[in-house]
Amino acid sequence: MIGARWREHWEELRRYPSALVGMAIIALLVGLSLYTVIAIPYSQALEKWRGGEPWQLHPVNAAPVWLDRLTGGREARTLIASSEDAEVEEVPFEGGRRLRIPLEVDYDYAGFPSELNLFLHAEGHPQRPFARLAWQTPDGREIALGGHRIGREDRISLSQDRALERRLGGLVPHVGLLADPEIEGEPQVLPGRYRLLLDAVVFDDTAGIDAELVLYGRVHGIAGTDHQRRDLSLALMWGTPVALAFGLLAAVGTTVTTLVIAAVGVWYRGWVDAVIQRLTEVNMILPLLPILVMVGTLYSTSIWLMLGVVVVLGIFSAGIKMYRAMLLPIREAPYIEAARAYGAGNLRIVMRYMIPRILPVLIPTFVTLIPTFVFLEASLAVLGLGDPVLPTWGKVLNDAQSQSALYNGYYYWVVSPAVLLMLTGLGFAMLGFALDRIFNPRLRSL
Amino acid sequence: MATSRADLPANAEASLLKVRDLHTWFELRQWGFLRVGAVHAVDGVNFTLERGEAVAFVGESGCGKSSLARTLLGLHRPTRGSVRFAGREMQSLSPAELKAYRAEVGYVQQDPYGALPPFLDVRRILAEPLIVHGIKDRQERERRIRAVLEEVRLSPAEEYLGKFPHMLSGGQQQRVVIARALILAPSMIIADEPVSMLDASVRVEILNLLRGIQARRELTLVFITHDLSTVRHFAERIFVMYAGQVVESAAVDELLDHPQHPYTQALLAAIADPDAANARRLREVPAGEPPSLIQPPTGCRFHPRCPHAMAGLCDRDDPPDFTPRENHLSACWLHR
Ligand SMILES: Nc1ncnc2c1ncn2[C@@H]1O[C@H](COP(=O)(O)OP(=O)(O)O)[C@@H](O)[C@H]1O
Ligand code: SF4
Ligand SMILES: [Mg+2]
Repeated sequence: MIGARWREHWEELRRYPSALVGMAIIALLVGLSLYTVIAIPYSQALEKWRGGEPWQLHPVNAAPVWLDRLTGGREARTLIASSEDAEVEEVPFEGGRRLRIPLEVDYDYAGFPSELNLFLHAEGHPQRPFARLAWQTPDGREIALGGHRIGREDRISLSQDRALERRLGGLVPHVGLLADPEIEGEPQVLPGRYRLLLDAVVFDDTAGIDAELVLYGRVHGIAGTDHQRRDLSLALMWGTPVALAFGLLAAVGTTVTTLVIAAVGVWYRGWVDAVIQRLTEVNMILPLLPILVMVGTLYSTSIWLMLGVVVVLGIFSAGIKMYRAMLLPIREAPYIEAARAYGAGNLRIVMRYMIPRILPVLIPTFVTLIPTFVFLEASLAVLGLGDPVLPTWGKVLNDAQSQSALYNGYYYWVVSPAVLLMLTGLGFAMLGFALDRIFNPRLRSL
Repeated sequence: MATSRADLPANAEASLLKVRDLHTWFELRQWGFLRVGAVHAVDGVNFTLERGEAVAFVGESGCGKSSLARTLLGLHRPTRGSVRFAGREMQSLSPAELKAYRAEVGYVQQDPYGALPPFLDVRRILAEPLIVHGIKDRQERERRIRAVLEEVRLSPAEEYLGKFPHMLSGGQQQRVVIARALILAPSMIIADEPVSMLDASVRVEILNLLRGIQARRELTLVFITHDLSTVRHFAERIFVMYAGQVVESAAVDELLDHPQHPYTQALLAAIADPDAANARRLREVPAGEPPSLIQPPTGCRFHPRCPHAMAGLCDRDDPPDFTPRENHLSACWLHR
């Protein structure tokens, strides 16, 4: 029976295009959240976001791929040549073998790679193998890259090789090694097949060498990467459920407790009401953000602690005054008097007869309250008070800011979390405004 | 918490309700704590009601009728005096006993729409008193809800159970209010101007319904009104109130045919006025200012408006109840 009333509201809601758009956006965000928490388990997300090892094959500060597609698609993607796919030549000799490993890539992007690394991995050797590296270009030049003793895990950062840079005429290796020598001035890519030839001497009959040549691209994935090579899509995706959960929990927590406390004050009047009013007045002049900054600095920036502080400080807020004004006339309603006359207790009157009366009026306020808490969480993160382990939109922004993303031209780093935040605000605001018109008909003419 | 009627030891022989020297004052405070006076809404009322009796309280608006009703319902704490229900003093009831008392007294309010929570449907509205009084069995509740709906002539019950108050007409709303007052099987109903906010066309219907239920269930009915013209058909005794006090009381016919108190006479003269059709409405109240209940007139409260006022007596001494005719009380010095 109560369902009929809600169906009525739903029919009405469907007549507001803004409500439909808002609900579509919210549905999208909720869908993304569900997908994220199922596809990338929480612990895995935290583990990965810590950085390091899982990301070593990702480029630093790469833009999203679609951004490059929009502008012609000529920027470098990451290319990897692995010894697993290479035809390794083996020549045994007394006490060991000679290995010749050719690592080949076909390069025809207009732009140069962002970095050049060689990962070497040699296990089970009685003595460290020795390797000589040579770079062969499509036009038949060969550039010696020197010799290395290979450890268990080696990373040779060719891009950082200053001597090589000098030999390449002052061009950083990931440019110089791929540049067309015929062209003067601004270096241009010489397209074609490049080969890194690795001539190694190993002192064992069976143990081999794994080698991986990585030409890091300048674009990556749908969201790009940050300064720690982390794929931003992880944080943008995981930021969604975190933002929604924080916003929803904070909104529910503050609205429900505020409502109950306001109703209790109105019902009991006297000193109970006076205490609630004075607490509210004191609390209203306490600034929320500085207190959060203080708690975050002195204690912990855990998102759950922040949520708790936000809710606690949100209880005795201006909302109490607003709800009180709405509840005062209801307290005097004849149906409340009737309830007392048939013996309903204080708790029942407050919870069953007073609060439900104003609940419909609060639904729009509640919906528009959610994004304000989402923004608050993001603001805290931007101030460096984000949760220490969780990937969130705010933390992406914080990283972008600390790496001067805008100054360095990494617009995507700032724009994508900002767009998600705005989308969240927009979705809830559009739905909230439509709900406001339905539940508070006085606004309809405005 | 379930309470049973056994908590209230009923003495079948005694009168149902005995009210003695009842005062209900509303304190006026300044800045929340300074006492600056009180509204003497009920100021020394005495009466006794028998089981199964229908009585009417009449008096102009603001004379304290609703305050008296609320005091009898336990919604206001009396400032002084005693209310004995079925031989028990109301002031001395424990919380559990008070709850049982609330089941014994039904309340029908003036504004039927305001009296019903707008967010509950009829079924839930009628279930609430049963839930409050610990009737947990859903089927038992449903049975009682349907029975009481039939009793107030909202049938078939199915048609009304799922409706919200705003979907009902004023008359139907008041029937739901009456059903709610009846659902705990009370022995007394207090109806505070139950039809004054209804369309004229349904007033008599609702009054007949109340009267019929009262007769069938042998209820004590306290019927508050300021409309003397309907009283004859719906009550057996009348109490006339003025400025927080009962000034005259007698059986209906006796009082209407032989009014003794000058205030009652003025009221009846106003009704009998043969002028234009709405003269009754305009002259419902006798000439003169209604009395202040914060500083009531000394002596007889009616003396500033009374054509028979005797200087040196009426303005100085409170008239006691006289018995100018058999079973007829009137508080006026004229009967001295
Ligand atoms: N809760 C209250 N607090 C203060 N004054 C009240 C309260 N209820 C009634 N009064 C005052 O008591 C007087 C009697 O009111 P009421 O009992 O409602 O009269 P009636 O029902 O006869 O019109 C009025 O002056 C009214 O303003
Ligand atoms: S006591 Fe005096 S003032 Fe009062 S009603 Fe009687 S005659 Fe009038
Ligand atoms: Mg009244």
